[in-house]
Amino acid sequence: MDYSQFLAMKQEIAILVVFLLVFLYDTFMPKSAQKGLPVFAIVITLLATAAGFCSHCLGTASNTVAFAGMYETSPVIAAIKGILNVGVVIVLIQSIRWANSENMLMRRGEFYELLLVTLFGMYLMISARHFLLFVIGLESASLPLAAMVALDKNRYESHEAAVKYILTAVFSSAIFMMGLSFIYGLTGSLYFENIYFALSGGLNTMLIIAVAFVISGIGFKLSLVPFHLWTADVYQGAPTSVTSYLSVISKGAAAFAFLVVMAQVFGSVYSQVWEWMLYALIILTITIGNLFAIRQRNMKRFLAFSSISQAGYIMLGVIAFNVMGVAALMYYILVYIFSNLAAFGVIGAIENATGRVSMNDYRGLYRTNPRLSFCMMLAMFSLAGIPPFAGFFSKFFIFTSAINQGSVAIYVLVLIALINTIISLYYYLLVVKAMFISEDECVIANFRSAFSERLGLWITVAGIIALGIVSFFYSTLLELTATSSLNMYFIG
Amino acid sequence: MDITIPVLILAIPLFMFIFLGLCGMKMSHKLAGTLGTLGMGTVLVLSYFTAFTYFFSGAPEFVNAAGERLQYMVFDQTWLQFTEKLVIKLGFLLDPISAMMLVVITTISFMVHLYSMGYMRDHHGVYEHGFQRFYAFLSLFSFSMLGLVVAPNIFQMYIFWELVGASSYLLIGFYYTKPSAVSASKKAFIVTRFADLGFLVGILVLSFYAGTFNFTELTSIPVEGIADTYQVSLSTSESVLGIFQNSAAPMFMGASVLTWALVLIFMGGMGKSAMMPLHIWLPDAMEGPTPVSALIHAATMVVAGVYLVARLFPLYLMEETSLVIITVVGALTAFYAAMVACVQVDIKRVLAFSTISQIAFMMVSLGVARPEFHHGLGYMASMFHLFTHAMFKALLFLGAGALIHAIGSNDYTAMHGLRKHMPITHITFLIGCLAIAGIIPFSGFFSKDEILSSCLGYDWMAYLWMSLVAGMTAFYMFRLYYLIFWWKEHKTPEGHHAPHDQPWTMSLPLVILAAVSCVAGFIPFGNLVTWNGHPYDFMAHFDWSVAAVSLAVALAGIGLATVMYRKENSLPEKFRKAVPALWNWCYHRFYWDELYIFITHKIIFGCICRPLAWFDRHIIDGTMDAFATITNKASDAIKPLQSGQIQMYVWYYLIGVLALGTITVLCLI
Repeated sequence: MDYSQFLAMKQEIAILVVFLLVFLYDTFMPKSAQKGLPVFAIVITLLATAAGFCSHCLGTASNTVAFAGMYETSPVIAAIKGILNVGVVIVLIQSIRWANSENMLMRRGEFYELLLVTLFGMYLMISARHFLLFVIGLESASLPLAAMVALDKNRYESHEAAVKYILTAVFSSAIFMMGLSFIYGLTGSLYFENIYFALSGGLNTMLIIAVAFVISGIGFKLSLVPFHLWTADVYQGAPTSVTSYLSVISKGAAAFAFLVVMAQVFGSVYSQVWEWMLYALIILTITIGNLFAIRQRNMKRFLAFSSISQAGYIMLGVIAFNVMGVAALMYYILVYIFSNLAAFGVIGAIENATGRVSMNDYRGLYRTNPRLSFCMMLAMFSLAGIPPFAGFFSKFFIFTSAINQGSVAIYVLVLIALINTIISLYYYLLVVKAMFISEDECVIANFRSAFSERLGLWITVAGIIALGIVSFFYSTLLELTATSSLNMYFIG
Repeated sequence: MDITIPVLILAIPLFMFIFLGLCGMKMSHKLAGTLGTLGMGTVLVLSYFTAFTYFFSGAPEFVNAAGERLQYMVFDQTWLQFTEKLVIKLGFLLDPISAMMLVVITTISFMVHLYSMGYMRDHHGVYEHGFQRFYAFLSLFSFSMLGLVVAPNIFQMYIFWELVGASSYLLIGFYYTKPSAVSASKKAFIVTRFADLGFLVGILVLSFYAGTFNFTELTSIPVEGIADTYQVSLSTSESVLGIFQNSAAPMFMGASVLTWALVLIFMGGMGKSAMMPLHIWLPDAMEGPTPVSALIHAATMVVAGVYLVARLFPLYLMEETSLVIITVVGALTAFYAAMVACVQVDIKRVLAFSTISQIAFMMVSLGVARPEFHHGLGYMASMFHLFTHAMFKALLFLGAGALIHAIGSNDYTAMHGLRKHMPITHITFLIGCLAIAGIIPFSGFFSKDEILSSCLGYDWMAYLWMSLVAGMTAFYMFRLYYLIFWWKEHKTPEGHHAPHDQPWTMSLPLVILAAVSCVAGFIPFGNLVTWNGHPYDFMAHFDWSVAAVSLAVALAGIGLATVMYRKENSLPEKFRKAVPALWNWCYHRFYWDELYIFITHKIIFGCICRPLAWFDRHIIDGTMDAFATITNKASDAIKPLQSGQIQMYVWYYLIGVLALGTITVLCLI
């Protein structure tokens, strides 16, 4: 065996090293030093991120296939992993206060270890070119999450959420693997490439069912309607840091993996089979996510439904099925990470200080905590897609990429998505209205949030503004995707 | 040239805006003011350095072997790329007029920053409310104006054009508790915004056919051998003209599309530069703090329109019609504003109308400029007048500010005979008046003389008309001067102490600007700023007979003012009684505001807006309400889906995935 192949997995190895270091620190460091664990974890994750970026910048990460074609890495893949890593660092920064709380004293290490394992799983999902590896990635990105959801041992909802999550995850895995077995039966291989060429022949019932099953398996992670029902309960029950991790990182990784699977495995039957499935799923996801979001008063539940409809927008980059779609999807994930984490940062800060998470509690917040309200407003504006904030451009680019696909059906789809942005504007502005316009007697008193929380908010707010104004990020992504190996799948 | 300094010129004011805007309220008034002033001072030094390097270093990218000045693109960064051709860039173009404007803007802006440290506080030294905000806005304005003048493409210019409009809105409405200031700021914004509509359409028409936003591609050719360097060339403009003549829709309503584009772009300039009939916002804009009037409404923003026409001048040369329109609009505005300025009571209003009139001078000068006549003397004269006018008009406004600060009123009726109480203000104001009246050797004499010369070279009617306006200028300025400083001795109302000169922060800018107004006329402008960069000795075109006539006209105007206003007498009253109709029309500014109110309220609101409002309220809102109700109903209806029971979740999951597969199978096979 050629051991130099492991060099292709630099980013995975970096995360493994981070995991091991955190594990050793957690196990062997004396009690007195345990307080330093969060900062330690952040610093080494940051180093790993930087290492990933550097190896990419230095041009070492060209398209490489390793392990008998089971694993692939390329500049685009390195970039999406880097983007996820940035998100993870922000999540970790935002969670410092929670991780250092009394409640978490005994379980602090577990949070970091579980989180890093899931991140490793997501990396495998993204890089896998064989369904075996993909399933390993998918599972190791799913199962530890259930444990993370249950980290808040003292809260009943936390347990309930974990049970719901694990049961649905197991169920969806079963369906997914059933789909895989159909595909294996049809083509006799689990290599993406082999399946692609085997499928280009024809169309049959089993293939369609298999595609539906595979879509549902990844759609579960993306919380596409109707595979989304776990989302709200889990988001509400889980600790806020875990929720924010679930809603941005897990979703972002799944979205990119979904794109890869759809293009590299089922690319040849795009217009025959799954374009229409996805078409229906996107409309359902965006619309139902929005309709539910209108009703919510719990902020975490509210963001759960908002993130469902956002996932629908992300899927536009998949259905676009062109190079620009890939760049737009990655950009959307990047922007979504910053916008959503800003919102979760504010929610977490308020929850940590006062324990209140209802939208009604936010009434008149502007008068007592103007800066937090301002951050929240920016996050809402960005999520709703108001220029000049980043969210506008990510929506603009992803709509443009979908339009470029060119069929009339896509125009209708984009029109529906546009109408839905108006609906979403309504409920995002409800939050802004509550903070800035509504009055309330028992308004949350002025408080000073922890340094880590403020730092997290500064980073996310800077990201929301910078990603909107500076064209560098998107043009870089466009350049990267132009040379990506994904392109050859879009031609046919 | 290194790009650090140009970037800093733009970055420092922007940074000061953000910094003072966010943190200003936390620091003391004095610190905020000092920081703002220091920031602007740095920009001033950097701009002077840049302009000096551009004009005098003689580097090959700035001036070619023949001594012609070239356009140099310091940087040009892609900002938004929609398609291959539709690219919006942000950049920094250095050429004679942008270098000159850098000097003008930073000088005036710095003076105003300094001056405001004294002006924005009362006699007890208490700073005004929102002092820090004021400095933040001043920085924003400076940033926008600098970005506007260095724009290498018309779209960047438009972006900063709007930013200038927005910051002007903020500054006029600075006293937001005063209803008149609020309505003035709204008026200024709406009127200029309306004009900008034309500007935008003009930009789109022009760039749609020409296929570019870049000034360099519209008016200049690249210089061989040196990257990023261009030379203004009529042949480029001719090829643009060729594109328009060959394109599919070359005519629209009897005029070529290029004419339409240029006239529409000029409409934007009319709005910002307060040309008739879009001038109505400028007199009201005097509601803002006086330093703001000096900065925005005398020296910088209002000349943006002139600058715009100058920037596209080679294109305007292609269309005789558009130049004639510019000349006629300018000439009418100049005369009208001079008439009105003769009878106003509020000293800032007099200065405002005088500004309108002087800017119209610049417009006329551009309108009559032809390359055949003295190498386009009018263009140079217009830029020269822009420069000198900025200095002496800022001086006059700052002087007026000092008076208002001391007296607490805008009306000359409250002033009279102040010359002994405020000697510094008196002398500097007199210098300003002499300069604007065009008395040798003050700066206004030279620039105005060039304008009149170029008018004479174009048409003798234009020359006579503009000379008449020049005489009126001398008259109304000295009327103002005498009514403030002479007329009768000053009476201090009881309980007040006598008015006196101001602190040094206010006096210093006055003295500096007065000194500049004395000597600016001797700058060899022909060597520096010409329409195609080709330098010439302007003394060669100096016409002593024109100079003598204009001097005589100015002296006549001053003489008339001296007779009527030096000592208290009944001549003005008699004059008023003799021609009451004329006097009333002038006093009420020819009822332009009333006309606008009639058109907007009675015609537009009544006949168009009311029906539209009904349609909006009942049909559109009704539809939207229906949508909202449906959305809410739907939201209610699907609520049971989210039951919280995991069994149901899994069921829905299974049903969903099977339905997805089955329906696809049924549809496809």
